[in-house]
Amino acid sequence: MNHWIIAPVILPAILAPILAFVMRHDISLARIFSIAGAAALAAIALGLTVLAAQGETHVYELGNWPAPFGIVLVLDRLSAMMLLLTSVLALVALLYAVSTEWDARGRHFHALFQFQLMGISGAFLTGDAFNLFVFFEVLLIASYGLMIHGGGAARLKAGLQYVVMNLAGSTLFLFALGTIYATTGTLNIADLAVKLREIPIEDAALVRVAAMLLLIVFAIKAALFPVQFWLPSTYANAPAPVAALFAIMTKVGAYAIIRMYTISFGPDVAATGSMAGDWLLPAALVTVMIGAFGVLGARGLLPLVAFSVLGSMGALLVAVSAFSPQSTAAALYYMVHSTLAAAILFLVADAVISRRGAGLGLLQASPVIRHNGLFAALFFGGAIAMAGMPPLSGFLGKLLILDAMRAPDTMVLVWVVILGGSLLTIVGFARAGSIIFWKSTAIDVPEVAAPMPAQPLAITAIFAALAMLGLLTVFAGPAMDYFDATSQQLYNPAGYISAVLGNGV
Amino acid sequence: MEYLVASTVGVLTAAGVYLILRLRAFPVILGMAMLSYAVNVFLLSTGRLAVNLPPILSKYATEYTDPLPQALVLTAIVISFGMTAVVVMIALGVFFENGDDHIDDQAADADVSEGKS
Repeated sequence: MNHWIIAPVILPAILAPILAFVMRHDISLARIFSIAGAAALAAIALGLTVLAAQGETHVYELGNWPAPFGIVLVLDRLSAMMLLLTSVLALVALLYAVSTEWDARGRHFHALFQFQLMGISGAFLTGDAFNLFVFFEVLLIASYGLMIHGGGAARLKAGLQYVVMNLAGSTLFLFALGTIYATTGTLNIADLAVKLREIPIEDAALVRVAAMLLLIVFAIKAALFPVQFWLPSTYANAPAPVAALFAIMTKVGAYAIIRMYTISFGPDVAATGSMAGDWLLPAALVTVMIGAFGVLGARGLLPLVAFSVLGSMGALLVAVSAFSPQSTAAALYYMVHSTLAAAILFLVADAVISRRGAGLGLLQASPVIRHNGLFAALFFGGAIAMAGMPPLSGFLGKLLILDAMRAPDTMVLVWVVILGGSLLTIVGFARAGSIIFWKSTAIDVPEVAAPMPAQPLAITAIFAALAMLGLLTVFAGPAMDYFDATSQQLYNPAGYISAVLGNGV
Repeated sequence: MEYLVASTVGVLTAAGVYLILRLRAFPVILGMAMLSYAVNVFLLSTGRLAVNLPPILSKYATEYTDPLPQALVLTAIVISFGMTAVVVMIALGVFFENGDDHIDDQAADADVSEGKS
């Protein structure tokens, strides 16, 4: 048993209380330890990814209780890549937060941040559905604190809506888990996969109800239509580094859908069949359109970015909904890309707004900011990544999704919606960029208000994220090899099942 | 007993959903509490309803009740208790900042487009 598998959960879990209790009065010490923790997490995640890339599924039995009686952590290619993505994103967000002093605007930012990382890592690693619920709650309760970090009336109100929405989702999650337990007698993901395949189709009514309830829960997390309403106001009102980290939170929902509906409720399970995909596809298509229209109609910079995230979640779930190895590989590539692109856009938007001054998040011309060209270039880079134009990885990601969605009866609809959505997104971003960066230069103001510090570290963090998108584009071949192998692993659940349950089954 | 438990879950859930759809924070929090009670009772019943049976192995017992749902319910109770405390605190914060406890997005456009507060 490889003990490094549990390290991504243990490390933040130990670090967070230390940050909260020992270093609460010393922000610079907290910063050093928090960043060091995130860097160590990234190193561990990289090591685990290299380990998982060899193709074996590694199982960690907590307390040495064998599954399905004990809780297991499972490391396969999918969870390893999600861990790596999380830790890299966390490092970028943390560097930005430290450099812009977002972390000093309220208390316990770093402790909450580490708890959030613990919850996300645990959710990606766990091999037990109830344990997944527990880690969801851990990451949610940390996200409530981060969401309202810094306070303010608008943020608190958006935070309350976010909390209520997610509490309702958690209750639904418990109903779904209860129904699953009542029908199958297990909550271990691998054991579920075995038991569900034994259920004959005529006894499947309750299982189908449970599968749909679970799908709704994950759809809430992934901000899928018709339960997407929480996303725009939450992301637009969250502190920018937190919004950047939240880019992975919607992906936790997408991850859970991919995990549960390939391994447990896979397409080969007679009881549920293609039900999940049939419901996901139309909902995801509507989500793409809502995102695109939102980008076009947004009146502020942060809502615009939030709606573009919504649109990208739609495109991602369109690819997920096909539930074929090729489409899932495309979805994974797009997932990595859209997480980083969303983070870049939130950070750039925050950098621009903080330089324009309070209350100028609106899309309107205002006195030109210092280093206008630099931020215009960064915004341009983030926008073409998000809209899916060459040369960045958004183009490749959307191309892969379109290529995977060739099923004759839905191809026309899917292609029209995704391409149309991309066009509207481009128009929306072009409008926002030209108003903010070009029209502003026409306004003549002799003196600039108190100049902002340059914050080189914050700019470096944004550039680092952009460089990762560049790498994802240049090394798209090796990356796709990994994602193809990942989806092969997901659609052959026998390997996962035998690794978790041992040879006895 | 099945009828009693099932109708309890049903009534609690209906009341919870009704209250969550209100526009003010206090009824919504009460609705959350109702929903979590409903789901706790529901979880307990997923191991089949049994009375006076031991949940642990014993020399004299011939029948058992499933211990796992009880463990699940304990976890769920702890989590929902903590969540209720958090949501009460956030709702209080909203009330003191805004002066009202409306939970809907009346002035959302103005608030959101300011970007930052």
